[in-house]
Amino acid sequence: MATITLTVNQAIRELSDIDPTTPLLWVLRDHLGLVGTKFGCGKGLCGSCTVHLEGVAVRSCTMPLASVAGRSVTTIEGLAGEGDELHPLQESWIEQDVPQCGYCQAGQIMSAAALLNGNAKPSDDDIDTAMSGNICRCGTYQRIRKAIRAAAEKGGAA
Amino acid sequence: MKTDFYDSAPIPDIDLPAQFANSERRSGTLFGNEVEAFMPRRQFLKMSGIAGGGLVLAFVLGGESRALAAEGDEASGKPFSPNAFLRIGVDGSVVIAAKNPEVGQGVKTSLPMIVAEELEVPWESVTVEQSTIDKELFGPQFAGGSQSTPQNWTRLRQAGAVGRTMLVSAAAKAWGIDVDQCRAEQGFVINVENGERLSYGELASAAAELPIPAAKAVTLKSRSEYKLLGKWITGVDNRALVTGRPLFGIDTRLPGMLYAVYAKCPSFGGVAKSANLEEIRGMPGVVDAFILEGNGDELALLSGVAIVAKSTHQAFQAQKALQVEWDRSGASSDSWEAVKAQAGSLAKEPGELDSEVGDFESALASAGKVVESYYTYPFLSHANLEPQNCAAWFRNGKMEIWAPSQMPQRISGMIAGLLGIEESAITIHQKRIGGGFGRRLMNDYVAEVCAIAHRVDAPIQLTWTREADMAHDFYRVGGFHSLKGTLDEAGKWTGLLDHFITFKPQDGDGSKPLRGGNLAGRHVQLPEIPNNRIEKTMLPMQVPTGWWRAPGSCSLAWVFQGFVHEMAVAAGRDHLEFLLEQLGERRWLEEGKKNSLNTGRAIDVIKLAAKKSDWGRGLPEGRGRGLAFYFSHFGYFAEVAEVTVDADKRVTVDRVVVAGDVGMVLNKSGGENQVEGSVIDGLSALAGQEISFADGAVRESNFDDYPLLRMPSQPPIEVHWLETDYDPTGLGEPAFPPLAAAVTNAIFDACGHRIRTMPISKEGFTV
Repeated sequence: MATITLTVNQAIRELSDIDPTTPLLWVLRDHLGLVGTKFGCGKGLCGSCTVHLEGVAVRSCTMPLASVAGRSVTTIEGLAGEGDELHPLQESWIEQDVPQCGYCQAGQIMSAAALLNGNAKPSDDDIDTAMSGNICRCGTYQRIRKAIRAAAEKGGAA
Repeated sequence: MKTDFYDSAPIPDIDLPAQFANSERRSGTLFGNEVEAFMPRRQFLKMSGIAGGGLVLAFVLGGESRALAAEGDEASGKPFSPNAFLRIGVDGSVVIAAKNPEVGQGVKTSLPMIVAEELEVPWESVTVEQSTIDKELFGPQFAGGSQSTPQNWTRLRQAGAVGRTMLVSAAAKAWGIDVDQCRAEQGFVINVENGERLSYGELASAAAELPIPAAKAVTLKSRSEYKLLGKWITGVDNRALVTGRPLFGIDTRLPGMLYAVYAKCPSFGGVAKSANLEEIRGMPGVVDAFILEGNGDELALLSGVAIVAKSTHQAFQAQKALQVEWDRSGASSDSWEAVKAQAGSLAKEPGELDSEVGDFESALASAGKVVESYYTYPFLSHANLEPQNCAAWFRNGKMEIWAPSQMPQRISGMIAGLLGIEESAITIHQKRIGGGFGRRLMNDYVAEVCAIAHRVDAPIQLTWTREADMAHDFYRVGGFHSLKGTLDEAGKWTGLLDHFITFKPQDGDGSKPLRGGNLAGRHVQLPEIPNNRIEKTMLPMQVPTGWWRAPGSCSLAWVFQGFVHEMAVAAGRDHLEFLLEQLGERRWLEEGKKNSLNTGRAIDVIKLAAKKSDWGRGLPEGRGRGLAFYFSHFGYFAEVAEVTVDADKRVTVDRVVVAGDVGMVLNKSGGENQVEGSVIDGLSALAGQEISFADGAVRESNFDDYPLLRMPSQPPIEVHWLETDYDPTGLGEPAFPPLAAAVTNAIFDACGHRIRTMPISKEGFTV
């Protein structure tokens, strides 16, 4: 199988011996050891696997490796800046104590970060629309909204 | 106030082990309103004997703690670890053990907070470590029944207080003064005479040499002295969670690990006869494929086909190509549509008398008005967002397991029996759990991965697909209630009959209902009705059921609190006033028994919810308000929902007001999180969830046909605490039960339509 090259969290990764139809989710989790991106449904229904492709939120569980060749992917592990500095959304998530089980939260944050990238001051409707693809089984939506609003007020598109 | 769980636990109520015994493995009583220790009786008695002798076993092991092993540098001194729950290094570092599984209920934060409070250390200085699994050191370790808080409240306060007491003694000794002249404050001991201070780090080595006092002999703080408990504290794993650090079972990565799936018969109980194993073995990445016979126990290993591959995706792909010939001779042929029809006709007939207080027939004969109603609720899946998974590595005769389990102490016995390995050769690592809700009280997926790892020379991670997860759950049991209520001429509620149609195991002796399918008089929670009769019919069912969030209560609260509203409407009375009348005088029905209704506490939360929700104030056309109360898992919750219903039966939940009494709320943030989550979970189930089955196989497969509530449907939720002097109790469950009735009562108030079938999508409503 041909080698496929892509950028993951600003590092160039060359992948060989992987079926190009393999969903990006499993490339990240099983081949690159980036387990922060989660498996929930395998059909793009729950949003647990959300990553950024060129800054846009996509569901990695239904995104074949071949379709991201030569492109740039950011996962939850690469969202923060250098060192200890967190993304404003990550800060906000900690301050608002959003997580319960926490399993969906990486996907939630990636969806929220993509929203703020294109819309620094989203309305409540904008937030609902952007986040409606992400399920939280524990029901933390009220706090997610609050955390997004708080990050936006602090200039969350960092 | 009772201060020791082992003294106050009503032992006769603890019967969970029987539910797990093979002979009765498919049935069980509620643990909704009962104390369940989830440990063998033998173990319980051993522990309680020791507690009675003045020590909790974990403390006996003292400085030899295996859980937080001393790692001190001999030259610089010895760390201080008087028990398994805490360790203070000579550098002042404080490590506190989190003993129970974290499923999102917040105990990895709140239980260590209890230790830190009594130890008297600043929370910022504490590092929390997930503990090992060890009954002797930690007592019962499980996540179920909202029991983590009530079971550990005394134990953990004592653990911290023992540490503080010894550090104070060490300081007093160093200064040559009496302990009464010393006081502990936030990581220091202070000489109250001259203000001199010694840090806990400086005192650690000396404290480690002192005799360990009996847990019951140490003085605990009074609530007014608390600095940490009761505050708004954020989760200890938050930073790791929001940066994607590996925490969950599914995040386990081991050198040379292989990835497995395990396919079982879609119809429950079918047995694998043969499969296209050669073809599967030839598929990309597949390392092995084989049939496992299993032991026929749905709580352990059922027959199925294992596929082991080099990646999860390759295992999933191979599973799609798998063709199995199933022997369905012993498999379920249950059909939800068929039992619904059967229950519908049975409901018109009397059932078998279960219990009677007073005389319902005479109430009926003299009734001024009779209300009849028929309620239906479906089977439900737990739908944990992290699918069932587990990792195991069998090497040199030893099994090492990385398990996201709510019941980790039951694993080693089960695996030892299944695979013929000594229990002592089994090690279990507790992993964070991506949602529990009761599903992971069963360890079937652990048995599967261990059986696979036992045959393959590599560490194995088993991951269930979402479809497998939904097809092989231990479901919340469905049920049917045919109700009759009688009112006298004055509009007073005089009698209640419930013919409850529930299920029993197909293969049992027929005496007990399926897990979660029980009903007893105490679940009605309307003590002023003089004549109560419960009749039952139990239909055989092979579909496996289990503990869901607030087992029993999660459905019964909807039925009874909905029917209270129906009766209030029929009597032409205000719902709030009518509900309070059914509770009567303020009293504890069985004084001192935590699982017995205290009507005073009930009345107070109901009044608080009513006040905060502007009960009685008019609403515009198309809007309505609904009230419900329920007592479960020692917690008292009243909820008022406000809804708008449009002409297309579209329901918007405008607001949910919750009032709760669980004694003291240990962590305000964690506590509010549990209530908010319970409301959303309740709405989710109410809106559109149903597990149906035909030919013994579940028809729903993923989140497209088993929907979970999404952000646009999230109502504003207000949480109001009524903090009382009672010992704190758990919050994972008790806020769930009242929600559904609050909403369906509000829908009636808004549009006059009484919902009697769950989910409400069955009656044409959407949320």
